[in-house]
Amino acid sequence: MNTKAAENEVQATGAGQGKIINDFSMVVATVNGSGSQTSNLALIRALFRMGIPVSGKNMFPSNIQGMPTYFTVRANKDGFTARREKMEILIGMNPETFDEDLTNLVEGGVCFYPDQFQIPETRDDVVFYPMPVQQIVKEQNPPRVLQNYMRNMVYVGVVSELLGIEMGEIRRALESHFKGREKSIELNMQIVEASALWARENLVKEDKYIVERDNQTEGMIMLDGNTAGALGTIFGGVSFVAWYPITPGSSLAEALQSNLPRLRKDEETSKQTYAIIQTEDELAAIGMIIGAGWAGARAMTSTSGPGVSLMAEFAGFAYFTEIPIVIWDVQRMGPSTGLPTRTSQGDILFTRFLGHGDTQQIMLIPGNIEECFEFGWRSFDIAERLQAPVFVLSDLDLGMNLWMSKPFEYPDQPMDRGKVLTAEDLEKIEEYARYRDVDGDGIPYRTLPGTDHPKAAYFLRGSGHNEQAFYSERPEVYSANMDRLARKYETAREHMPKPVIEENEGAAIALIAYGSTDPAIKEALSRLAAQGTKIDYLRIRAVPFTDEIHDFIRKHDRIYVVEMNTNGQMHMLLRLEMPDQATKLISLTHNNGLPMSARWVTEAVLVLEGGNNGH
Amino acid sequence: MDTKAGDKQAKPNIPNELGLTKSDYRGRPSTLCQGCGHNSISSQIIAAFYELSIPPERIIKMSGIGCSSKSPAYFLSRSFGFNSLHGRMPTVTTGAVMVNHSLKAIGLSGDGDTASIGLSHFKNIVRRNVPMIYIIENNGVYGLTKGQFSATSDKGLELKNVGVNPFMPIDICMEALVAGAGFVARSFAGDPRQVTELLKAAFHFQGTAVLDIVSPCVTFNNRDESSQSYRWGRARKEPLHDITWVPKRKEIHVEFEPGEVLDVDMHDGSQIRFKKLERDYNPTDRISAMKMLEDSCCRGILVTGLIYINEETPPLDEIENLVDLPLTQLSVDALRPSKEKLDTFIERYR
Repeated sequence: MNTKAAENEVQATGAGQGKIINDFSMVVATVNGSGSQTSNLALIRALFRMGIPVSGKNMFPSNIQGMPTYFTVRANKDGFTARREKMEILIGMNPETFDEDLTNLVEGGVCFYPDQFQIPETRDDVVFYPMPVQQIVKEQNPPRVLQNYMRNMVYVGVVSELLGIEMGEIRRALESHFKGREKSIELNMQIVEASALWARENLVKEDKYIVERDNQTEGMIMLDGNTAGALGTIFGGVSFVAWYPITPGSSLAEALQSNLPRLRKDEETSKQTYAIIQTEDELAAIGMIIGAGWAGARAMTSTSGPGVSLMAEFAGFAYFTEIPIVIWDVQRMGPSTGLPTRTSQGDILFTRFLGHGDTQQIMLIPGNIEECFEFGWRSFDIAERLQAPVFVLSDLDLGMNLWMSKPFEYPDQPMDRGKVLTAEDLEKIEEYARYRDVDGDGIPYRTLPGTDHPKAAYFLRGSGHNEQAFYSERPEVYSANMDRLARKYETAREHMPKPVIEENEGAAIALIAYGSTDPAIKEALSRLAAQGTKIDYLRIRAVPFTDEIHDFIRKHDRIYVVEMNTNGQMHMLLRLEMPDQATKLISLTHNNGLPMSARWVTEAVLVLEGGNNGH
Repeated sequence: MDTKAGDKQAKPNIPNELGLTKSDYRGRPSTLCQGCGHNSISSQIIAAFYELSIPPERIIKMSGIGCSSKSPAYFLSRSFGFNSLHGRMPTVTTGAVMVNHSLKAIGLSGDGDTASIGLSHFKNIVRRNVPMIYIIENNGVYGLTKGQFSATSDKGLELKNVGVNPFMPIDICMEALVAGAGFVARSFAGDPRQVTELLKAAFHFQGTAVLDIVSPCVTFNNRDESSQSYRWGRARKEPLHDITWVPKRKEIHVEFEPGEVLDVDMHDGSQIRFKKLERDYNPTDRISAMKMLEDSCCRGILVTGLIYINEETPPLDEIENLVDLPLTQLSVDALRPSKEKLDTFIERYR
């Protein structure tokens, strides 16, 4: 066994006597609506600023107030930040769930709890630290309206003291959270410091988890994928956004709403170079961006599965009428309302064919925060080049949780506005036909409304149309148009982001995955390698598939397709794409609303590999 | 006294101020039924835009699904057209005019498209005051699917395949008023002059101008007892006023009796002139407008004219505080912030 896997085992048995440095999963169990967010962000930011790789996941119910909520911070010195199924440290603030929460602690784990809670006798292996929450808040006497928030600051102080989180970094985290508002910072720090002092004087360190300054996050940033996607969208030159509120798609649109004014106002007039509209429903959202895309703007919307369902008719329309638009689908569990606040990759198959008749949609699938930014701008280049809708399929875990990232790379290419004819261009050509395949790549030329030339106009329609965009029901005209659209889809492959491939010398088996499961897969591959199972890994980043995906599948004997839905949707798409390779593709699915864990991936592969050991 | 000030009837073959003849405003041959009210409205659209000397390239013709929504193919061939989805025309139009506010949108819809499947979009576009002319060619029936009820069908209307309609109709003008519309008109396809003048006035209104035009369906809903038939319209039509759109700087010096004429100023300097007929009617009073609609419904008459006018609400592009240049014409520099801005901005996530 190699170090990483071994350590996890040691943690799980609690057998190690020494210190465990920078390696734990810490869960804050609260009631939603109780104002713990500031406290949790202070803890994770302080760890991040101390140079320790971290991730932050908020498991929240579809509710406003009064239901159990969990914020998990995973700190890992090896940089593995996927969800872990067990926790090492519990900050148990919810009396309703306290007993059950304790069952998820590893042996030898740690529990911080308000001192009025009763400790059950079932966990004598756990180190318990009581916190006099009410007493400290009473002594410090903050304004009554803030007392809920202040209660949560007590655990920030106590936990920091016992783990060794630097008080200076807690302060800097609060400074950045409160954007320099002195009074709020001081009020919170007062509680944090009083709590830390109380812990120093009254508690004895009995557990083995400690935090030490490291340098692994230098130069890095930490944010959620929806904010990253919004920033990418802004740097992609978006000028029109229409959206309808839905978890987990809303926070992308809200990040646009708050950041567009900071980045995209005309400096002289202070007027907007964009419009953003919250619509009456998702049909209106996609309808508006279709109107804007047709008129020549870079237009997008953000939604989730149920919204995508409502957009189906318009998505097929935009495909058939060839209008560039970008649709972010931040996926959540379905079918129907499903689990609205839980993550999934369940819209793959639906989106791929979204629309009636023969529709083939383009999908980009970011697997990390940098790609959320990158696909934010690149999606517009692809949509305008191909004159087609582009779906960006993120998910709740990637979109709403906190991830580390390298700073974003500025777009390395000029904007590609695609094949657009101006009045001057029209002057030079004999005849303009909106849907004619002039270049043989299936992509026609378009003109934009308002182009001041008598030849410019055409009549756009979702019904059958000929090259001139005139209505036609002639069989050969319809077939020719569909053949051209199929040709265009082939052209699309050349414009797709290529997969990310990690190959290991001598591996005969392989794993294909996509999206937010990347950290769990990487951690699992490291564990499997430590046990002698070598596996090559390909991460899909777009549909339609590129040649690299074909080549990768052909050269492996067995390929596990790992994904977060029940039916193995990408597995189905790959088998459709390469029917002669279908029997080599094995589906592994994890779909219970929680992000995938390395343990699950490791065991799922090992069970099927049995004694194969990679051969 | 009939002034006809804004009604300079240019002859078809005479070029207008742009040097375009009426044929430059025509479309492809209509495939709608002979005698369809929609064809008459298409003709008035051609006439109005020709007479106003509007460059066809500045117009976008927007529609949903249905007989009415086919009609944009039959006028203004030199304008871009967008035949969208059933009930969704307002959404597509919003996107298009927001990113290019130099375009003037004319939306063609029907009673099914607007009052049944698209009612929510209709009310929301009005509420947002999206700059456009929104025409409902209202015949109280689904034509393209061969004779089903719409939300504006008369209660008691009998159709061959679907029986008798047991429900009261929706009054589109009332819905527009309730949603806060600033320009609400009702007309009759059999009154070309009024339709033309209303179109001219609507073109100069800066927000959503709603024109609910009773446009009989000769195939499925033209029996004499139907309130959407030609005979009913001709017999029970009651104009609120004689309406004329008066261009800017064309002062008319005609003496009127006090109270005989009301001039309403538009934001662009033109005027709408209301000449009194039988009744006293103030088109700037919203509550009177609602009461008048309720009364005329009870009395079974077709009141026509500009029911309500109020230009106080700013149009959506103004509310959104957009730059003067259409968004579609912004340079790459205006659309994509600099690398320095990105590098500075992400500091907040450290």
